[in-house]
Amino acid sequence: MASWTRAYAWRERPERVEAWGRVLHHPTALLGIAILLGWTLAAAGAPLLSPHDPTHQDLEQVLRPPSVEHPLGTDHLGRDILARILHGARLSLFIGVLAVALGGAVGIPLGVLSGYYGGLVDLLVQRAVDVLLAFPTFLLALTLVALLGVGLGNVIVAVGVSAVPRFARLVRSSVLSIREQTYVEAARALGLPDWAVLLRHVLPNALTPVIVQASLGVGLAILVAAGLGFLGLGVQPPTPEWGAMLGEGRQYIFHSPYAATFPGLAIFLTVMAFNLLGDGLRDLLDPRLRGTL
Amino acid sequence: MAGLLRYLVQRLVGLAVSLGLVALVVFLLLRTLPGDPARVIAGVFATEEDVRRIRSQLHLDRPLPVQFGLFALQLLRGDLGVSARTSEPVVREIASRFPATVKLAIASMLLAASVGIPLGVLAATRARSPLDLGISTFVLFGISMPVYWLGILLIFVFAVQLRWLPAAGADRPASLVLPAVTLALLSLALITRMTRSSMLEVLRQDYIRTARAKGLRPLHVLFRHGLQNAFLPVLTVLGLQFGELLGGAVLTETVFSWPGIGRLLVDSILARDYPVVQGIVLVFAALFALVNLLVDLLYGLVDPRVRMA
Repeated sequence: MASWTRAYAWRERPERVEAWGRVLHHPTALLGIAILLGWTLAAAGAPLLSPHDPTHQDLEQVLRPPSVEHPLGTDHLGRDILARILHGARLSLFIGVLAVALGGAVGIPLGVLSGYYGGLVDLLVQRAVDVLLAFPTFLLALTLVALLGVGLGNVIVAVGVSAVPRFARLVRSSVLSIREQTYVEAARALGLPDWAVLLRHVLPNALTPVIVQASLGVGLAILVAAGLGFLGLGVQPPTPEWGAMLGEGRQYIFHSPYAATFPGLAIFLTVMAFNLLGDGLRDLLDPRLRGTL
Repeated sequence: MAGLLRYLVQRLVGLAVSLGLVALVVFLLLRTLPGDPARVIAGVFATEEDVRRIRSQLHLDRPLPVQFGLFALQLLRGDLGVSARTSEPVVREIASRFPATVKLAIASMLLAASVGIPLGVLAATRARSPLDLGISTFVLFGISMPVYWLGILLIFVFAVQLRWLPAAGADRPASLVLPAVTLALLSLALITRMTRSSMLEVLRQDYIRTARAKGLRPLHVLFRHGLQNAFLPVLTVLGLQFGELLGGAVLTETVFSWPGIGRLLVDSILARDYPVVQGIVLVFAALFALVNLLVDLLYGLVDPRVRMA
């Protein structure tokens, strides 16, 4: 019987593989992937692309415009902006992906349990979600950081927690309809334990909107984390973080616009890439969701 | 009418429960901070006497449930405590900054709705044309743009280079322009996107074809038959966006030195002025909840089908 259910679950696979293949022919998704690939390579090859140490100060060379030595100029402490942006890419991608992974790791199981069991579990989970949803996203992350304190770990936790309610709501609503499908009834009738029904039949079918949400979520997480950094409440100096660079560079905008322009451009391009990818995936995986996320 | 009243009471009770939970969570988080909360609240330069005074003032020497009871009673009386920085009542601090934030949020909302809705309608009526593609690109630009960077760019162009508009402060009417535009962009983009997709959905319906076949004027069909039916999801986005505007106001107010509660929140966090932080967080949550309630009530006005549902 176990092999039968496994075969049943596998049967859905070819469709999904096909969808991933189609991603490469979808202009929007492809552009997003291309930009992200570029950032990944830039982050990985940061020391090769810019020989400068991102935290090395040179007070003889502050706020210089772009030159051969410093292709994007230097900041108020004479640090190389290009090196700081490349190393910042590592940090931003790391924070974004990890925060969304955390939000999903908490939110998805909550949504599945809440939608599948209903009743008291649903009531408790939804009340908790309501409390989190009582705040605009950025304000929730900001409040959490205010309470937890600044620093890399706390930023990831704060941004991750603020992503939990979106995942929980989304998964719950898919599970509510999946629960009523005949294949779930069949699996239950066959005597599969609850965890097996949930893991093999409910969860895989609830994942499509989650994939879209995750892609858009990483963009949002990067935006929120950089916003915290901009306020001085994120990753602390001298770590090269895009938001913090922007916050520091802002004060020198009258003398030199470069220190505030390039980090902002980096954030914009990265967030846009995740939005492009998310929009593309949504078109491909589930056209009905268009405009709803 | 009795149904409406019951619905309203039901919603208000639900709202009170949610806000009570929010208050409880904020209260617990603040009490479980590492270290002695009285010392944290008193600040680095406080004397032993100050710490003792604050400890008894906040009833920190009492058991936790008693503390929450007292805190809740205080809240019900509209007392949010005293600022650790200025020793002013938190309510007064918030009240003095509140109008600036509301002014900014309303200006942004009006801008976002008055540009976003027509833009969305335009995109939907010209679906898949170059114009639609242009509007979609603009939407993508809007949702990917960090507000804090947009603010800096606008300051650089319009205040530093062109010298048309002031870069900071709120002393002149023109001071509102750049912050409002900055704060509005994200909401504008999302409203455009939602209006477009909702209109596309409605324009496919049979009654639109019927209305057109009857020979009604195209603009009449578009707005009276189309937009009116497409408005419900747009209204939801408007409500949610008003909340997000409050969140975005924190960043926008910081960029433009706008004297609202968003900046007060950031300053208070940086100064570890926890009573003010707690007060502002509660005010934001209450405001967000009230706006969403208002949106739900407006549903009934816009669409009779959901009345009392």
